[in-house]
Amino acid sequence: MLQVADLVVEFDAGGGREAPVRAVDGISFHVDRGETLGLVGESGCGKSAAALSIVGLVPPPGRVAGGSILFEARDLLDCGERELQKVRGARIGFVFQEPMAALNPSFTIGDQIAEALAQHGVARGAQARQRVVDLLAAVRIPAPERCARSYAHHLSGGMRQRAVIAAAIACQPSLLVADEPTTALDMTTQAEVLDLLGDMRQDLGLALLLITHDLGIVAGLADRVAVMYAGQIVEVGPTRDVLRSPAHPYTRGLLASLPGARPGTRLEAIPGVVPSPGSRPPGCTFASRCTERIDGCDVARPGLRSAGAGHLGRCLLLREEP
Amino acid sequence: MPSLVDVRGLVKDFSRRVAPWSRPIVHRAVDQVDFTIEEGESFGLVGESGSGKTTTGRCLLRLVEPTAGSFTFEGQEVFARPPSELRDFRRRMQMVFQDPLSSLNPRMRAGEAVEEGLVVHRIGTRPERRDRVEELFRMVGLDPAARDRFPHEFSGGQRQRIGLARALALEPSFLIADEPVSALDVSIQAQVINLFMDLQQRLALTLLFIAHDLRLVRHLCSRVAVMYRGRVVEMGRTIDVFDAPCHPYTRALLSAVPGPDLRAERLRLAFSAESVDLSAPLREVAPGHAAAVP
Repeated sequence: MLQVADLVVEFDAGGGREAPVRAVDGISFHVDRGETLGLVGESGCGKSAAALSIVGLVPPPGRVAGGSILFEARDLLDCGERELQKVRGARIGFVFQEPMAALNPSFTIGDQIAEALAQHGVARGAQARQRVVDLLAAVRIPAPERCARSYAHHLSGGMRQRAVIAAAIACQPSLLVADEPTTALDMTTQAEVLDLLGDMRQDLGLALLLITHDLGIVAGLADRVAVMYAGQIVEVGPTRDVLRSPAHPYTRGLLASLPGARPGTRLEAIPGVVPSPGSRPPGCTFASRCTERIDGCDVARPGLRSAGAGHLGRCLLLREEP
Repeated sequence: MPSLVDVRGLVKDFSRRVAPWSRPIVHRAVDQVDFTIEEGESFGLVGESGSGKTTTGRCLLRLVEPTAGSFTFEGQEVFARPPSELRDFRRRMQMVFQDPLSSLNPRMRAGEAVEEGLVVHRIGTRPERRDRVEELFRMVGLDPAARDRFPHEFSGGQRQRIGLARALALEPSFLIADEPVSALDVSIQAQVINLFMDLQQRLALTLLFIAHDLRLVRHLCSRVAVMYRGRVVEMGRTIDVFDAPCHPYTRALLSAVPGPDLRAERLRLAFSAESVDLSAPLREVAPGHAAAVP
């Protein structure tokens, strides 16, 4: 349903005098109908830029410099702004990290969702008002009528994020893009919102692109997971396989660095830091931090190699086969 | 032997007025909190935002003035001291903050920031302080050559190392770390947690570790207190509290932890404040394990 191929997102540096910085360096992935894909990575790996490019919202000086984004049989990168506006909100819903930034402080929650419904020609007037209350009830907000009359600052963080989810699904999109939807929330609230997203997906047949830094969240919610590092997808596969038998040393390192296995012992930290987009080496971007590096690692970027059924890793240690 | 840190009946009220003429509205951020920390122990204080865990930490250093209660540190009462006598205590109690970028002066070079405490306390001559800063940089895994750089030139993990070097400069015996790694990426988080564990052992530090991330607390702390709405609802050895939680809130919190734990779908427990008697006092449910349950 969503098919991203060789996507490149660049940010102009130094007012265009210097070489542009590649935040997203040729990534490809797809999300099937009703499927949840987790896009995981640390800050600066390009996961948010990738998500924003899907709906043409990459902030300047960033721009999509190459690739294609096929969604429901059209290339979103070829669409004009008017056409994109029809897709945005109506066919693809968006949930961002900070609900307060997504909501307008000077309109009630109900008015904002009703406006989205009117904008996309779904419902107006009394019909829209009823639909708003139904939506707020669907995201499990207690007293939905009262919530519709409230302003964003009246609500708690968890309730706000639910209201944002209600707005995102208002026009019955087929794809929901959620960028760190629970990072700003408390642990118990986060659990509730994740459960809600999981149930929505089943009830509405939504496909979900879940962008997060937390492997734990992916484990609970995603069917498949793509791990990003320094602008590239270094591993992709079914969640269970990726977490149980990670194909890429970076994924292995991430999993090993999670606390929990043996309390009181040293964590297996990944040494070093992520190379900045301007100084990525010609070889594997992870080579400088990798404990398993071999001779060829510095020579050229490895391609994706098979690590099992539907499971790919960008590492020379994997067997080479198509 | 008395505990190194002994907090009893700690209360902190914040009051605000809606308008200058209206009655102040009092909000009790910390409500009758008691705990002790033994020398060399790492003690975790967990809770969600608004639970009072950060305010508790700040009260101990008297960065905010406590409303009531007592705090004995190394056998001496801290809360009763006049502010002029606090300097000596603050030398032996230091704090590491969540966001090193906002807790470090952006116009001060990293070396100066680490040295500042030594200057304030008039410790050592200029060359001695220089050597000490170099030693501290090495201790936290930073290149001493980076001492002339400004905070924004460092990565998040490196900045937290500067914050740690700064806190350790005065050789404190008690370190309060308030969400020291929650702003960091997972792979960097592990590096900093390892550093905490190494330094704690090497310097025999006593640690109060304030965090919302239960996975980290479980890893790092031998005892833990769970706070909810200003009160400690459960306290005990970390293994006991995590493996056999007694308070409904602790249970809900533990069930909410996401994890790549594929062995079993854990049941998520809901918690509603209305269903629980929040005024119940802590009582011992097992040796060294207390919970606020009837």
